[in-house]
Amino acid sequence: MSTGELPFAITLDVGSSRANRTGSWRTEQPQYVRHQAPCGRDCPAGEDVQAWLALAEEGDYEAAWRLIVEENPMPAVMGRVCYHPCETACNRVQLDEAVGINSVERFLGDEALRCGWQLPPPAPASGKRVLVVGAGPCGLSAAYHLARLGHAVTLRDAGPRVGGMMRFGIPRYRLPREILDAEIQRILDLGVALELDTHVPDALAAMRDGGFDACLLAVGAQLAKRAYIPAGSAAKVLDALAVLHEMDRGEPPRLGRRVVVYGGGNTAMDAARTAKRLGAEEAIIVYRRNREKMPAHESELEEALQEGILVKWLTTIKRADQGRLMVERMELDASGYPQPTGELEELEADSVVLALGQDTDLSLLEGTPGIEVQDGVVTVGEDMMTGAPGIFAGGDMVPADRTVTVAVGHGKLAARHIDAWLAGRVYEPPPAAAAATFETLNTWYYTDAPQTVRPSLDAVRRSSTFDEVVLGLDAASALFEARRCMSCGNCFACDNCFGVCPDNAVIKLEPPGSYQYEVDLDYCKGCGMCARECPCGAIEMVSETI
Amino acid sequence: MPPYTRVPFLQTGSLVVGNRLLAPEQRTVQADPARANAITCGHRACQGCGEALGARYALDAAMRATGGDVIAANATGCLEVFSTPYPESSWQLPWVHSLFANAPAVATGIAAALRAKGNDHTRVIGQGGDGGTVDIGFACLSGMFERGDDVLYICYDNEAYMNTGVQRSASTPPAARTATTQAVGPDPGAPFGQGKFVPLIALAHEIPYVATATIADLHDLEAKVEHAMSIRGARYIHVYVTCPLGFGVDSGDSIRIARLATETGYFPVFEGAYGDITGVTKIRRKLPIETYLKPQRRYAHLFRPRRRDEVIARLQARADRNIARFGLLETGPQGNGAGVTGADANGDALGRVDQLIEAGEIL
Ligand SMILES: Cc1ncc(C[n+]2csc(CCOP(=O)(O)OP(=O)(O)O)c2C)c(N)n1
Ligand code: SF4
Ligand SMILES: [Mg+2]
Repeated sequence: MSTGELPFAITLDVGSSRANRTGSWRTEQPQYVRHQAPCGRDCPAGEDVQAWLALAEEGDYEAAWRLIVEENPMPAVMGRVCYHPCETACNRVQLDEAVGINSVERFLGDEALRCGWQLPPPAPASGKRVLVVGAGPCGLSAAYHLARLGHAVTLRDAGPRVGGMMRFGIPRYRLPREILDAEIQRILDLGVALELDTHVPDALAAMRDGGFDACLLAVGAQLAKRAYIPAGSAAKVLDALAVLHEMDRGEPPRLGRRVVVYGGGNTAMDAARTAKRLGAEEAIIVYRRNREKMPAHESELEEALQEGILVKWLTTIKRADQGRLMVERMELDASGYPQPTGELEELEADSVVLALGQDTDLSLLEGTPGIEVQDGVVTVGEDMMTGAPGIFAGGDMVPADRTVTVAVGHGKLAARHIDAWLAGRVYEPPPAAAAATFETLNTWYYTDAPQTVRPSLDAVRRSSTFDEVVLGLDAASALFEARRCMSCGNCFACDNCFGVCPDNAVIKLEPPGSYQYEVDLDYCKGCGMCARECPCGAIEMVSETI
Repeated sequence: MPPYTRVPFLQTGSLVVGNRLLAPEQRTVQADPARANAITCGHRACQGCGEALGARYALDAAMRATGGDVIAANATGCLEVFSTPYPESSWQLPWVHSLFANAPAVATGIAAALRAKGNDHTRVIGQGGDGGTVDIGFACLSGMFERGDDVLYICYDNEAYMNTGVQRSASTPPAARTATTQAVGPDPGAPFGQGKFVPLIALAHEIPYVATATIADLHDLEAKVEHAMSIRGARYIHVYVTCPLGFGVDSGDSIRIARLATETGYFPVFEGAYGDITGVTKIRRKLPIETYLKPQRRYAHLFRPRRRDEVIARLQARADRNIARFGLLETGPQGNGAGVTGADANGDALGRVDQLIEAGEIL
C-alpha cells in the first residue's frame, strides 16, 4: 500500500494486510533440520533406525525392510541375536520405556521371508574379484555389499556350513536354523561363489593364486582359551565352543546330570542353557567376579536364571576330579580384581564346560608383510585395511566388541572401502548430523504407550526343548511398537508448525504427507512457536544475519 | 454434546495438529492447507500472539462448520487493532467493528437483521478480549444471553487490557502484576478476592452451550466451535490465550504457557449446557502451580527478591479448588492419555455447579 500520492482525507478501498511484510520484524528464523537420532547413531551395523521405523509406522513394511537391507542384509537374524544398543540409546527411555526396535526389526525380517521379498539386484559387473575369507556375519555382510556393488565375490570358509558363529556359536533356541538359512540363501542368490571346507593357509598366496583384486579376512575367533585347571584323569572337561559345535552337527555331547560351566560371557550362558536342555538336572555357572562385572548380556543372564540355571559368583575352580570339583571363593580387591580367599568348597559335577573366551587363529597371515598384530587381533585402519595393501579385515579378528551386529557393520564398512580402493578412490562416510537429544524434543505430543513385551516361551517348556525362546510380535503389536517411536530429530509431518504459526507463515508443500514445509519469510516474525511446538526437534531458530 | 475423545496411541494420537496416521477427517481444520485463514498474514499482532492464533483457530473452525457463511462483530482490543489498521484488513470474512463495549449488541443486531431479511443460513459470531467481554461489554453480553439471541460469542481471554498497555481487568488473576496492579510493598500484584469467572456466569444464564478452551488443545477447541455452530441460540466460548507481552513470556512459549495453565488446574477446560456442566477435559499430567507461574514475568515478584510462599500457596489452593470443583483429574485407570470429555465422562462435575451455587461457593 502506498498512500504517498493520495489526496488527504478521502475514503480508501479496503486493502489486505498482506501488504504489510511482517517478516521485517524478525531477528531469528526457523530452519528445518534433520538431526541424528541416538538409535541409529549407536547401531553397530549403521542402520538408519528412525527412518525405517517411520516407514513401518505407516504400515509400509516392505519399504521399511528395504531401508534396513540397504545397510544390513539379515534383519530376521538381527531381530533375534542383536543386543540392540539402539534400545539402550533410545530417547524414549527417558519418557517411559525404549521403543522395542529389535522386535520390530524381527517382525520385518520375518515378514520379508514370509512374503519372499528379494534383495535388490547387483549393479553391473565391475570386473573386479574379491576374496572373502570366513562365512560368518562379517564375511556374509561384506559379500552382500560387494556383490551389490557389482564385484565378483568368492566366499571361502574352512567349515562345512555357512554362518560362522551364528551357526556354531548361537544355539537354536535363540536363532532357529530355518531363519538363518533363509537369510543366508538370499545373499548367496545374488551370485556369491561359495567355497566350503576350504582352508586358507596363506592369505597372500590365496589372493595371488586366485587372481583376486582385494581380500577381506573375517575368520572370527574360533580358538577356545584354556585355563590351567589341575584335573584328575577321569575328570570330564570340555570346551563350550566344541559343545555348541557338536550340537549343531546333531551330535549332542554327554554332559551328565550335574554340569558346571566356567566363565561369565554369553558363550557361558549359551552352554549352560544348552546343558539344561540336554537333560542336566543342575547347570551351574561358576564365575570369578560378580554380576556387575559379568560380560554376558543382561537379557541372556536373565533368561538363563529364569530357566533355573544357578550362578556361583566370585568363585574359581581349583581342581577337577571325576564327579566333583574343588572351588575357591574370591573377593574383589579395591581395584575390582578377584583375589583368592583360601575358602574352599566341593561341588558335584559330572562335567565341566570351559567358556573362557576365544582367540583368533592368525596363521593365515604369517607370510604377509606389513601385518600388525596386537593382543591377538589384527590392527586395521579407519578403512578396515590391514597393513598389507588390498587385504582388509573385520569381525572378531580385529579389535572391537565381538557381537554379530558389530561384525555385520564391519563387513559393510569394509565392502564400501574395498569398493573405493578398487576404483582408486577413498570412501568418505557421509558426515554425521548433529545429535537429536532428548532435550530437543517436545514430548508432550507423544501419547502414553508402554512397550509391548515380546511373549517368551514358558520357562519350563523351554528348558527341555530347543524351541525358540523369545517369540515375535504379531503385526498389530509390531505396528503399535513402531508407532511409539518419536522420530527424534526428523520431521514426521505432524503439521504442528503449520498449525501453530500465528502469522500463517508456514507453508505446507504438496503432495500431502511429503514431509515438507517451508517458511514464508515475508511474514514470519520469528516468534519461535513452530520450533518450540515441534515434537521431534526438527526446527531450529537461527539468528538473522543483519 | 460433542463426544470429543482424544485418540490414544498412534505416535501422537490427536495431540498434534495433523498426524499422518489419522484419517484426514480426524485431523484438525488447521491441518488443512485449504483452511480459511480467517486472519491472514501481515497482521500486526506481536510475535507469538496467542490471541491472533486463538481467533484464527476458532473462526477457521466456524467457517468450515458453516461453509464460510459467517459474519463477525468485534469489540475494540488488540484483536481489532492489530488486524485492521485503516485501510488494511486481515479478515477473510465479513467483519465489523463498532465500539469497545457493544460487540454482543452489534452481533445481536446483525442476527436480528438477518432474521428480518429471511436469511436463516448466515451465522453470527461476536468476539472480543476479556476487557471488552467481562468488563465493559458485560451488560450487552448478559442481555444477549438472557434474550437467547442466535449468536456465538467468543471471548479471547488474555487476562488484562493488553492493547492499552496491560491494565487489570476482572479476568486478571490474583497476584499478577499489571500496569495498574504493581507489586509494591506487601501487595502481591492483583488482589485476591476480586474478579470473576465469566464462563460460570454464562452457564448460570442457562443458555444452550457454554465452553472453555485454550490454544494448547486444538482438537478440543475446534470440536467446541463446531458443536456451537451446529446449534442455535446464545452460545459462549471462553478461550484462554497467552499474551507474550502482558504475561512476560518468550514469544515461542505461548502454547506451552496455555498447556501449563490447564495441566496445573489453573484454567479449567469444560463445557456445559442449560446450566449444567456436561463434560470436562481431564488433566493429562498434573503439575504444581509453580511450573505455570515461574516462566511468567508478571509473577516474577513471587520468586524475587524473596520467595513468597504464602502467595504461591494461595494460588495453588485456587488451582486445587478448580481440580476438585470441576473433577479435572482422571479417576479410573485411564492412563493412556485418552483424557475424555463428553457426556459420559463428566464424572463428579455433572451437576456440581448447582450444589456449589447453593453452597455459596460460586459467584
Ligand atoms: C469506551 C472505551 N474505553 C477505553 C477504550 C480504550 N481501549 C481500547 S482497547 C482497550 C483494552 C482492550 O482490552 P481487552 O478487551 O482485554 O482486549 P485485549 O487488547 O487484551 O485483547 C481499551 C481500554 C476504548 N476503545 N473505548
Ligand atoms: S499485546 Fe498481547 S494480545 Fe496484543 S497483539 Fe501483542 S501479544 Fe497479542
Ligand atoms: Mg485482554
